[in-house]
Amino acid sequence: MDARVANDVNYAPDVLTKWGRPVDVAIESVEKAFGDTPALHGVSLSIRSGELVALLGPSGSGKTTLLRILAGLDFPTAGRVMFGGEDALSLTVQQRNIGFVFQNYALFRHMRVFDNVAFGLDVRPGARRPTKADIRGRVLELLKLVQLEGLERRYPAQLSGGQRQRVALARALAIEPRLLLLDEPFGALDAKVRRELRRWLREIHDRTGHTTVFVTHDQEEAIELADRIVVLNQGKIEQVGTPDDIYDNPASPFVAGFIGESNALPVVSSGGALSLDGRALAVGSRPAAADGPHTLVFRPHHVEIVEDRPGCIEGVVVSERRHGAVRRIEVEAGAQRRRIEIDVPADARGARKGDSIRVLPNHWWLFDAR
Amino acid sequence: MADVSLNLSAASTGATTESRATRGLLIGVAVVFLALFLLLPLVTVFVEALRSGVGAYFSALGESDTVSSIRLTLIVAAISVPANLVFGLAASWAIAKFEFVGKSVLITLIDLPFSVSPVTSGLIYVLIFGAQGYLGPWLQAHHIQIIFALPGIALATVFVTFPFVARELIPIMQEQGTLEEEAAVSLGAGGWSTFLRVTLPNVKWALLYGVLLCNARAMGEFGAVSVVSGHIRGLTDTMPLQVEILYNDYAYAAAFAVASLLALLALVTLAVKTLLEWRFAGEIASQRRH
Repeated sequence: MDARVANDVNYAPDVLTKWGRPVDVAIESVEKAFGDTPALHGVSLSIRSGELVALLGPSGSGKTTLLRILAGLDFPTAGRVMFGGEDALSLTVQQRNIGFVFQNYALFRHMRVFDNVAFGLDVRPGARRPTKADIRGRVLELLKLVQLEGLERRYPAQLSGGQRQRVALARALAIEPRLLLLDEPFGALDAKVRRELRRWLREIHDRTGHTTVFVTHDQEEAIELADRIVVLNQGKIEQVGTPDDIYDNPASPFVAGFIGESNALPVVSSGGALSLDGRALAVGSRPAAADGPHTLVFRPHHVEIVEDRPGCIEGVVVSERRHGAVRRIEVEAGAQRRRIEIDVPADARGARKGDSIRVLPNHWWLFDAR
Repeated sequence: MADVSLNLSAASTGATTESRATRGLLIGVAVVFLALFLLLPLVTVFVEALRSGVGAYFSALGESDTVSSIRLTLIVAAISVPANLVFGLAASWAIAKFEFVGKSVLITLIDLPFSVSPVTSGLIYVLIFGAQGYLGPWLQAHHIQIIFALPGIALATVFVTFPFVARELIPIMQEQGTLEEEAAVSLGAGGWSTFLRVTLPNVKWALLYGVLLCNARAMGEFGAVSVVSGHIRGLTDTMPLQVEILYNDYAYAAAFAVASLLALLALVTLAVKTLLEWRFAGEIASQRRH
């Protein structure tokens, strides 16, 4: 248990003992096609019990489809999904016992907050259904956990976006899920509420120890919340790793561009030397770079302004604007006038619009472009 | 009517430029038109019905053929409204919540009774079940009477009133989508439980509204029922048919007395309909569609 969590005033110890056992998840070569449109290509992923994993990708990357397959709301065209040692695909959505928080919460609009949270317990068949008093106790406990005490008689329409989000979470937690899935959990909220809820969700996760998977298109959200990030693009996994891993060692130009900002320049490698538009580049080549076209990727803040030095990138500043602590300048670089963005100190000289400029990345990645 | 007053208040705040006189004239024309073509006939029905006094009014209603026509109308409504409630709910559930081949054909078919003349609908049943119809000889051989009897009248009424419930529910169910149902099943609810606890409560006011319109039409239907009824007095005449018969018999007071009951039904329907629209506007499809 995290130290910052133990300080939480709303800590409710007996809630913790009632969760379903968190479970390992293994996704093996999952394929999914909607008609002729493929949504997932050979996706394999294993998630450890108790882990908080983000599925990150642009829209259409297949992240929501993967989440729905885990929930049992969609079925893969091929592949396997295992919960613990159990074949999840042979279980119906009801049998899977998964807490799913929908993108727009999907609260039952005609039910009060209390009945929304109690729903999963109310619909259990006779023998497994807790008594009315137990249900009531548990619902009130959960509402306390999500800090909505006193709102149990409200209807969803009478709540703010952030409150609805928390009702949806309490409702999903009520069924003692083995796995908690959240689809764009903060998508519909304004920036301030989003940051608060993000921190709060992390705390809930640390307290309850659920295996949690959430879908997001917001890299900042993924980096801040997740233990591990799964970057998806066009139905394929591009990279899996900790936020640090992914930020510091992106596996592809796409990942470098999607997590953090980056520039990409098409370069040619020949005999270990790199060139841009036919002009030699003094970014010390790596032995592994085979001959042929490559993509040189570097972050805006990994660039130095240099004096006329052989092998630098020459360009012209086309725009400049303040970007937090630094100045972000846009440069048309090389003979083909390719646009790159560079962060320079706010008071840097020679970084005004129209100035010619020479730069050299001091940290970069090279990807085979074939 | 609510819309009219809304537009007028907008006009008075200067959103539009019509002068006071123009507005007065337009309202005047509308009021005169309504009075002449709607209010006057309605009042006439009640005036004519009560012309010979309250005693005559009730004795006309107590006449045995009339009583049996009222009973038949109630029976027909009691059959066709629940039937269409079930059909309509099932059809709109399937259309709004599932994807299947032939969905657009089904939607078109549901609207068919609205586009076909009721007389034609009645004739279809005569052609199928009548003595000279396709199934006539077989039905006669088995002593089953459909045409010129209750089953035929009920069938024709079900056909004519089929779209009311479904058309009310389809747009609202489509708008609500399947998210809440998905949430329910992910929480462990079975199909039936999801339907009863989530789908049905979400459409209950729209459903009530559809049932109300369906009932009004079921009781008031003339054309289709007229063809299949055979006009056997005291047996196969519904209230609208009874009105016509009494009128043709020069029993004006009695005809208007029965007509006044139908008019009353219309007024009650209108009142409940307005109440529902006022109270549950957001949950009723027709209000937005018309």
